[in-house]
Amino acid sequence: MTDQKPFLDIRNAQKSYGDLEVLKDISLQVQRGQIVAIIGPSGSGKSTLLRAINDLDPLTGGEVWLEDMQINKKLPHRQYEKHINQVRQNIGMVFQHFNLFPHLSVRGNVTLAPKMLKGISDDEANALAEEQLEKVGLLDRIDYYPSRLSGGQKQRVAIARALAMKPKVMLFDEATSALDPELVEEVNLVMKKLAEEHMTMVIVTHEMGFAEAVCDRVLFMDQGVVVEEGPPSKIFRNPDNERTQNFLRKHLANANR
Amino acid sequence: MDIDLMMRVYPFFLTAAWVTVQLSVYTALLGLACGALGASMRLSRHALLRFIGAAYVSVFRGTPALIQLFILYFGGPQIGIQLTAFEAGVIGLGVNIGAYMTETIRGSIIAIDKGQREAARTLGMSGWQTMRKVILPQSARLMIRPLGVNINALIKGTALVAAISVVELTYTAQRYIGSTYKPFEMFMLSGVLYMVIIYGTGQAIKWLDRKARIV
Repeated sequence: MTDQKPFLDIRNAQKSYGDLEVLKDISLQVQRGQIVAIIGPSGSGKSTLLRAINDLDPLTGGEVWLEDMQINKKLPHRQYEKHINQVRQNIGMVFQHFNLFPHLSVRGNVTLAPKMLKGISDDEANALAEEQLEKVGLLDRIDYYPSRLSGGQKQRVAIARALAMKPKVMLFDEATSALDPELVEEVNLVMKKLAEEHMTMVIVTHEMGFAEAVCDRVLFMDQGVVVEEGPPSKIFRNPDNERTQNFLRKHLANANR
Repeated sequence: MDIDLMMRVYPFFLTAAWVTVQLSVYTALLGLACGALGASMRLSRHALLRFIGAAYVSVFRGTPALIQLFILYFGGPQIGIQLTAFEAGVIGLGVNIGAYMTETIRGSIIAIDKGQREAARTLGMSGWQTMRKVILPQSARLMIRPLGVNINALIKGTALVAAISVVELTYTAQRYIGSTYKPFEMFMLSGVLYMVIIYGTGQAIKWLDRKARIV
């Protein structure tokens, strides 16, 4: 894990909506197998940065690279679509609101994309679904529809759905923010398991405890810039920057209320 | 009320009701086709197509269907369009109701949470794959009821083609009034038959909607 060349490389990311600058020249390098947490107040740009990685929110400036491939290439529409659909197969994403497909069973959710994009047979797809659902502990729910699952179960299915594409990187956009407190742990456990398997992950989160336990590196963002970054022990225990200190203090106060 | 007279003429009204049913079915099919096309234009990436879709909707919703029918049937021959009254009725009403259906279909597509699209796209699915496998299966369920409302309006709208002398329920009533001078009985007969058609269609729509509901 001492590759010099970064696995995921965000170079000088800029993003603005008209006059509003959401990302101001942010660079982030993630090594293979590394787990990076992005924390910060709402509106700090952390989700925008995460969503720029798979070009869901295209940057207005800067480059995003995954290994030797530039993700946010400027191409004519058709070529761009072809390129980005290929790229995105390598990048799993998990959303705050799960975004499971309500008209499909759990099995259908997990197998839809692999069947369509990788041309695998029904048998292979089923085996794949079982494998991934086993991993998130929901094999017994394979024929349920999303409406019958709890929030935590939905999110675990969403993770299984992303993993079924065998991604090289997983992006988590506040994956536990919409969950009842007692359901957060089951999702965190699945993410920890992925961490143990050395999945490369970028995690936007409000769960400081989880970030500290799992991540190799933490970025604190505020108003579109990375204010401070470093190992979790540093950021959480002994941050240099006053804004980081303030944010963590407020956060802790809220958490203990 | 002259029940005897109604009993004597009602078979002719049944024949006319069948014409109304045929008109309605063809019109609904053409309307759905126009609606699907219109909605895809309204949602297109290309500004020109969006404009054409929007213009279609505002022209056909913004003028009376009766005028549209008159232009097509009476004005058509002047510019080389020769249609029978029935054909003109189907095309005129179909294109008209298609404008309403365009908005119904478009509405049920944009009503799907954008997270659905994002989830599908981040898995690597193309825009079209996403539409076909994720968005449309969900919006199809949403659009059943409102399309039912459009179809209900369309069935009642078929009465307009009496004005271009298609021998359907309304025209038949008018014709029998001419010979019997009994407008109450004749219009009641047509009205009841319209109700039967509309009630039947409504039940079919309800059934479809129940059947399509997501578990």
